[in-house]
Amino acid sequence: MSEPMVKINAVSKVYHRDSIQIPVLQNINLTIEEGDFLALMGPSGSGKTTLLNLIAGLDRPSAGDVIVAGENISSLSEGGLAEWRSRHVGFIFQFYNLIPVLTAYENVELPLLLTKLSKKERHEHVELALKVVGLEDRMKHFPRQLSGGQEQRVAIARALVTDPSIILADEPTGDLDKISAEEILVLLSRLNSEFKKTIIMVTHDPRAAERAHTRRYLDKGELA
Amino acid sequence: MWVLRLILRNTARHKLRTLLTILGLALAIVAFQVIQTTLQTWNAQLEASSPRRLITRHAVSYTFSLPLAYYDKISRLPGISKVGYANWFGGIYNNDPKNFFAQFPMGPEHILDIYPELIIPQEQKEQYLADKSACIAGQKLVDRFGWKIGDVIRLTSQIYPGQWDFVLKAIYKGRDPAVDENGMYFHWDYFDDKVRQISEGWAGNVGWYIVEINDPKDAAMVSAEIDALFKNSPQQTLTETEKAFSAGFIAGFDTIIAGMKIISFLIIGVILLVLANNMIMGARERVNEFALLKTLGFRPFHIFGLLFGESFAIAIIGGIVGVILSYFAISFMAIALAAFFSSIFIAAKTIIYSILLAMLVGLLASLLPIYRTIKTSIVDGLRNIG
Repeated sequence: MSEPMVKINAVSKVYHRDSIQIPVLQNINLTIEEGDFLALMGPSGSGKTTLLNLIAGLDRPSAGDVIVAGENISSLSEGGLAEWRSRHVGFIFQFYNLIPVLTAYENVELPLLLTKLSKKERHEHVELALKVVGLEDRMKHFPRQLSGGQEQRVAIARALVTDPSIILADEPTGDLDKISAEEILVLLSRLNSEFKKTIIMVTHDPRAAERAHTRRYLDKGELA
Repeated sequence: MWVLRLILRNTARHKLRTLLTILGLALAIVAFQVIQTTLQTWNAQLEASSPRRLITRHAVSYTFSLPLAYYDKISRLPGISKVGYANWFGGIYNNDPKNFFAQFPMGPEHILDIYPELIIPQEQKEQYLADKSACIAGQKLVDRFGWKIGDVIRLTSQIYPGQWDFVLKAIYKGRDPAVDENGMYFHWDYFDDKVRQISEGWAGNVGWYIVEINDPKDAAMVSAEIDALFKNSPQQTLTETEKAFSAGFIAGFDTIIAGMKIISFLIIGVILLVLANNMIMGARERVNEFALLKTLGFRPFHIFGLLFGESFAIAIIGGIVGVILSYFAISFMAIALAAFFSSIFIAAKTIIYSILLAMLVGLLASLLPIYRTIKTSIVDGLRNIG
């Protein structure tokens, strides 16, 4: 049996605001297999995004271990963590987070600038990623020239372009209309089924969660 | 390459804000260069002084005069090659205070030899020496009033009553750009005769003696010997090098000069704050973008490069625009102040200082936003979205 893509052992997270301690996650244990599509659900403030951030290596747990793609990322240095993220994780955010002064092509190319790929190789990767999301004809458009759904598709192409082990999506349909949201969910399902990407998606939307193979609920920092 | 592209795109993100910041920086550089050029012009005039010339004046103040009788005594001292004397005339041309320039009655005849930096055609020099009411004027002064050889120049003195007519017989040019071409010289004998007619008591007095020494190294010794000669006289003397004498005049403006120096650096300080504020605002507006870059694996040195590059680009463009505008400002200043300064131009070192200052401003203005951006955690940065 292969190693799980994500293994979370007894993870807790406490935030410190001035002199106040705010426990956000308590003793979380979670295993996500390679190729899974998991929806992380729960009310606001339940700790979904915090858990996603810990898996992404954007934050560190107060206690416990986070093992992703065979690496205990809790023990990596800041530099090591940055390098690890660039190789293993693709991110999709609720508000797309595209750089407004860069074209769709340049936004997708961003993660590749940290690799040793040549300009030609980068071009091939970017073109392919934009083709996967159906935006090969919008390469030279700036974000302001795209619809919300198209912007999110550019963000998905950016998450995909480095061929990461895992894609993490934080409310990817939260800012979209029904039709655009459906398109994004179809695209995520394709990435999971055709490209075998492991996907963890934080969502409030039960219809979005239906696309996932596995659903887990967080409430008051604990997995239900 | 991509860093440069992103820097340029970010710089152009808020065009009006960037333009105003660049303009502000450019104007600060103009002010800095104008002040520095003024100070440098003063200094250049001091440096143009000959190390072989000493000035002997009244020990109390140069506003008091000395008897002409000192001339022979000074001339007899060893180590001295020539002695001349001069007065401050304080006249205005055509009875208009705007037509002010420096005029000096100078004697005796060989005094022109003490000033080899005044280049006068031999023929004109001879005509000047042959005519008691003749005068010599600098090329810039002649150009300013459109005079030509043979013109009668009428002056009204603030010190010596009446109208004074002089015939322009010679025009001098400076041996080098630092030599003042705005002066006018005439015969001391002519001046003294007219002064005697006004008041017998005023005649026979000189403002200061110009002493040419054989060896500049003897300046201190000869100065001491001259002053020792008149130690027990009612009019004691103070002898110093021509440079020290000129510096004494400028010393009267010491506070103004110090103030100008302080202002020139304050201006740079103000624009540093303006650019820093611009950069802080820009970085704060993009805190989520920097968080995204860090999420994707970009490191602190990338963030440094982007913010520093942006600040540096604005500063260097502002610096270059400032240097170009300064050229026009100082050209205008050179025309407007032609009566006071012989030659005003921006020195290469002032341009280099200005560009270096602009670069320094660019660096310093970026430090706080860089520090804040790097210190902001990814999670806090991303939280700013929406």
